[in-house]
Amino acid sequence: MKIAVTAQNPGWTESLDTRFGRAAWFVIVDAETKRWEAAENLQNRQSAQGAGIQAAAAIIDRQAEVLLSGNVGPKAFRVLHSGGVRMYRTDVSKQQTVADAVTAWERGELEEITAATTEGHSI
Amino acid sequence: MKIAFASGKGGTGKTTVAVNIANILQQTGADVQLLDCDVEEPNAHLFLLPRIAWSVPATVRRPDVAEEHCTGCGVCAEFCEYNAITVFKNTVIVFPELCHGCGVCAQFCPERIITESDRAIGVIEGGAAGGIGFVQGRLNVGEVLAPPLIRQVKEKAPKAAVTLIDCPPGTSCPVIEAVRDMDLVVLVSEPTPFGFYDLTLMAATLKTLAIPSGVVVNRCDIGNDELYRFCDREGLPILAEIPHDRRIAECYSRGALITESLPAYRELFANLWQQTLTLLPSRPDR
Repeated sequence: MKIAVTAQNPGWTESLDTRFGRAAWFVIVDAETKRWEAAENLQNRQSAQGAGIQAAAAIIDRQAEVLLSGNVGPKAFRVLHSGGVRMYRTDVSKQQTVADAVTAWERGELEEITAATTEGHSI
Repeated sequence: MKIAFASGKGGTGKTTVAVNIANILQQTGADVQLLDCDVEEPNAHLFLLPRIAWSVPATVRRPDVAEEHCTGCGVCAEFCEYNAITVFKNTVIVFPELCHGCGVCAQFCPERIITESDRAIGVIEGGAAGGIGFVQGRLNVGEVLAPPLIRQVKEKAPKAAVTLIDCPPGTSCPVIEAVRDMDLVVLVSEPTPFGFYDLTLMAATLKTLAIPSGVVVNRCDIGNDELYRFCDREGLPILAEIPHDRRIAECYSRGALITESLPAYRELFANLWQQTLTLLPSRPDR
C-alpha cells in the first residue's frame, strides 16, 4: 500500500509540510518496503486556485491509499474522499519528518481526518 | 457619457461622491442613472432609497457531465484553466464555484458528454430614486465571480445621457470589468499612506487601460502631502477636496445625502462635476 506524505523537500528524513494543496513535495512511501519516491508539487503551488483539487487528483493518480498531512481543505477533501484515500493528520509538535509521520501512522497515533480541517483558500 | 468612481483603497468615499453627484445632476433635470457595481456589498441604495421595479437572476454557465459515459481520459481537467473540474478513475468532480463558464471542457470532451447549464450567482435589480435611474448587482454570499455579474449589470442597464458607476474597491478583475468602457474615471482617495499607495496602483491601471482620470481628495486635511506630490508628478488633476468634517460623517451614518442635508457643500459637488466634465475626451458625437 502506498502512503503519500507532504514534505518540504524530497526524502525520508526531510521535514513535513503542513500544507496539502500547496505542499512543496509529495513523498510516496511503500508501507511494506519503505521504498519511497518524491514528486514535486510545483505546478499546483503556483496555481491561482484549485491547488488542493489538483494535488488530490495527483495523489490518486499515484495510487496512494493513505495521505499524511497537516491540513486538508474542503475541495481537496471531497476529491480524496471520492477517490477512496484515507487521510490522517500530522502534528508538528510530535512528528518532524516523513519517517516520523509514517512511524506514527503505523502505530495508530495519527488522528483520521473525516472532514476538511481548514476553510477553502480560493479567492 | 459614462463615468466611474473608483479608489483602490476601500472606504475613501466612492459611494458618497457618486450618489451626491447623481443627486446634483438630478436637480438640474439631467437624464442620469447610477449603477452600483460594488456587487459584493452594494450600498448606494442606502443613500438613494430607490424603488426597485425589476429583478433578474445573474447567471454563469457550469458544466454537467454524463458521468456514466465518461472514459476518464481527463482532457476536460487538463484544459480547465481554473481547476474547476477534476477526473480520476471514472469519477468526474465539478467545482461550480471555481468555474468561470468558459465552456472549454464541453468543447474538447472527446465523448461529447459535457453539456452546460446556467447557475445563478446573484441578482440584478433596477428602478428609480426620484429622477435618478438605478441599477445594482448583488452577488450571492459565498460566490466569488464578481466580474460576470458586473458585466451583466452594465448590459441590463438602460441607456441614459449620464451613467455613473460606483466601483468595487481594489484594483483587480472586478474593478477592471467596472471601468473598462468608461469615458472617464473619478478616483476618490484620501491623503493617508494606504490611500496614497492604492491610488498609485489604480492610476497605473487606468494608464494601461488608457482611460483619463482625475482625483477627488477626501478628508483632505488629514495625512500628508504624498498624494498631492504624486498627482502633480503624474499630471493627475485634483477635481475637488472634501474636508474631514464631522457633519459629513454624521450625515453618512444616517444614510443621508450631503447635498441635501448640508447645503453648504452643494457648491463643492457642483464644482467637482464641472471639473470632471473638463477632463472628458472630446468626441465628434458630443
